[in-house]
Amino acid sequence: MQLQTQTRPKVISVTVIDDRIDAATAIQFKEKMREATKNGPARVVLDLARVQFLDSSGLGAIVAVKKLLGPDQALELSGLTPTVEKVFRLTRMDSIFTIHPSVEVAVSHAASA
Amino acid sequence: MPPAPDQDSPPDDLHLTFLATPVAVRDSLAQMMALPPLCRLSAESRGTAELVLAEVLNNVAEHAYADQSGPVSVTIRSTGHGLRCRVVDQGRAMPDGTLPPGRLLESLEVPVTDLPEGGFGWHLIRSLTSELSYARVGDRNLLQFTLP
Repeated sequence: MQLQTQTRPKVISVTVIDDRIDAATAIQFKEKMREATKNGPARVVLDLARVQFLDSSGLGAIVAVKKLLGPDQALELSGLTPTVEKVFRLTRMDSIFTIHPSVEVAVSHAASA
Repeated sequence: MPPAPDQDSPPDDLHLTFLATPVAVRDSLAQMMALPPLCRLSAESRGTAELVLAEVLNNVAEHAYADQSGPVSVTIRSTGHGLRCRVVDQGRAMPDGTLPPGRLLESLEVPVTDLPEGGFGWHLIRSLTSELSYARVGDRNLLQFTLP
């Protein structure tokens, strides 16, 4: 599981380099996210543009990251591919995250905020 | 001389048996998605098929074979109205002998700390399949469903 992070003054973006977050990698994903966001800024944008496949374990791990970030850091998502978007929509988890079309859009929101 | 086609098994049938572990599920899924009839699906149907098969097979790995490991067999057959799938394992039976309901929370207006991290799998399977059935046959679990 490979993550690429970019830290800005008010927002950190984390891009998942792997093309899937599934049962085999969900725990590793959660641990790497914990490390990547430690003591970070108030907004965390998780960029899923490269992720072609997310199963319920992967979804559970993303929800778990939102929970472990706690009230001081918001987890937002960007770049959902069609199958990933479907998983969020069918489980209604799309309603608990702010979802941006792309990481660029997500970050520009930060600049104008 | 090349082997004669097996008349009993249409060339489109996909059949695969493997050890049900999370890593083997991932590898076997990749193998199955590259074979007919799955490789002939549209991108959207492929995504759905991969998701349903992943949920079903990970359930076998994580629950039926919770504290051991064992084989799982997948058979996929093209029919006039979708792909008929059959998954057989020799693990533990479903609790109460029936499929989990896979219900979502009534409301997501809950504190972040109360958000569910699991229980999505059966909801996804139920949402994306039809003709879903489960039976315990001897020491085997037999799950059947149709993918659009």
